[in-house]
Amino acid sequence: MKYVFKKFLFVLILGVMILSLAACAKKIENPVIRLSTTTSVNDSGLMAYLQPVFEADTGYTLEVTSAGTGAAIEKGRTGDADALLVHAKASEEEFIGEGYGEERVPFMYNFFVIVGPEADPAGVKGVATAAEAFQKIADAGATFISRGDDSGTHKAELKIWGAMGYDPTGQPWYVSVGDSMGRVLTVADEMVAYTFTDKATYLAHDNALSLLLEETDDMKNTYAMIAIKPERYPDTNYEGAQAFIEWMTSEKALKLIAEYGVEEYGEQLFFVP
Amino acid sequence: MQTLLEAFRLLLGADPELRQIIAVTMQMSLLSTGISALLGIPLGVLIGANDFKAKRLVNRLLHTLMGLPPVVAGLIVFLLLSRSGPLGTFKLLYSVTAMVIAQVVLITPIITGLTANVVSIKAPLIRETAAGIGLSPFRRMLYTIYECRVPFVSNILAGFGRAIAEVGAVQMVGGNVQFKTRIMTTAIMMQTNMGHFEFAIALGIVLLLISFLVNSLVGRIQEKTLSA
Repeated sequence: MKYVFKKFLFVLILGVMILSLAACAKKIENPVIRLSTTTSVNDSGLMAYLQPVFEADTGYTLEVTSAGTGAAIEKGRTGDADALLVHAKASEEEFIGEGYGEERVPFMYNFFVIVGPEADPAGVKGVATAAEAFQKIADAGATFISRGDDSGTHKAELKIWGAMGYDPTGQPWYVSVGDSMGRVLTVADEMVAYTFTDKATYLAHDNALSLLLEETDDMKNTYAMIAIKPERYPDTNYEGAQAFIEWMTSEKALKLIAEYGVEEYGEQLFFVP
Repeated sequence: MQTLLEAFRLLLGADPELRQIIAVTMQMSLLSTGISALLGIPLGVLIGANDFKAKRLVNRLLHTLMGLPPVVAGLIVFLLLSRSGPLGTFKLLYSVTAMVIAQVVLITPIITGLTANVVSIKAPLIRETAAGIGLSPFRRMLYTIYECRVPFVSNILAGFGRAIAEVGAVQMVGGNVQFKTRIMTTAIMMQTNMGHFEFAIALGIVLLLISFLVNSLVGRIQEKTLSA
């Protein structure tokens, strides 16, 4: 009697284990979410900070790749990403207009800043707008390093030159390097020059440049996420992308984002509405 | 197909910026190769033709330097030329000069090694002949170079091929600055990073064509020399 009971119990427990395993496996069909983001976002360290929390909360695995904004968005067109996290409104709207994504979900923002030599030969400190600062730099012929890579940051920079009706291309003091924010800061540091950057990357980067201008109206930078529609590439992880967007816009995530950087740099690097 | 058309359009379109990039690429590559050859060939002859106590060590060192990872060379040159580095006062960083320096560091060992290999094979015969004619050591070196001129040219060409293909080190010390230090390879990398894949491939085809042209030219000269 006892022997039969023990055997029965064993089979019962085994059965429950197998069933629960099967239930777990069924929960997430495709656990990998490919997120394509920009070098600025990556260089700030935000994703490395959020990723473990997201993965623990949802059970998904996040694969983050970063590139200049142009290439990052292109991944959405070539089926190499499930979700985008970028900061170039016009390009995002173009992308959605072409039918690759359903909608853009803006969720956080920060400001670009102008950094440069401590001595500030062009007298940028204290002006009211970035356009004024750029005017001073152009007037002084002070060396200015540009992303030059069609990225969100570069487009924001060009917008400001455009608003002034001035094209700095070809000027001897305008140095266009065609590379990421991190490297542009290195070049600016080396050449003791001015540059236009997002604050997060500037703080996370080891350099001797001074923060000269921040939080003007024409330097607001909004980040948005887009889930890639699965119509073109059937193995796109649309559910995963939606789960990611949902988590990122949850109160918990927004709180984490707002806290990011406070301990290390004494101020928040990203703002949430 | 689209990409091939793009490549031809680039070649024939004579876009001034592209022409300038090609010009800087050639300037840098020719200068680097030239300097490396001037340094590497005499050094290679000395090592290949002579037996000396430290020869084994020198050979090992040489082969290690031949395989020096370009990014390591780039990093070293970067640190040397950086504002906070020993040669910072010369403000050489992000210039063509800096790129040439990095390339010479990479290519000289290659030319030296290849030269030494060639010379060590021909050395006994050359030594005999030179002794017979009564040549001074300096003239013996000139004679060696003359005797091995065909393989030496091949070695220099190998050096040039290396120069024109370099991307990591020259990106680090050159900075890919528009109108100044942007060369074919760094331009290709930049366009790829921007997602302009077709344009990048077109640039790649142009680069291959340039390389092919140079190789053909030198090959012709080699053939003429051999048949003469």
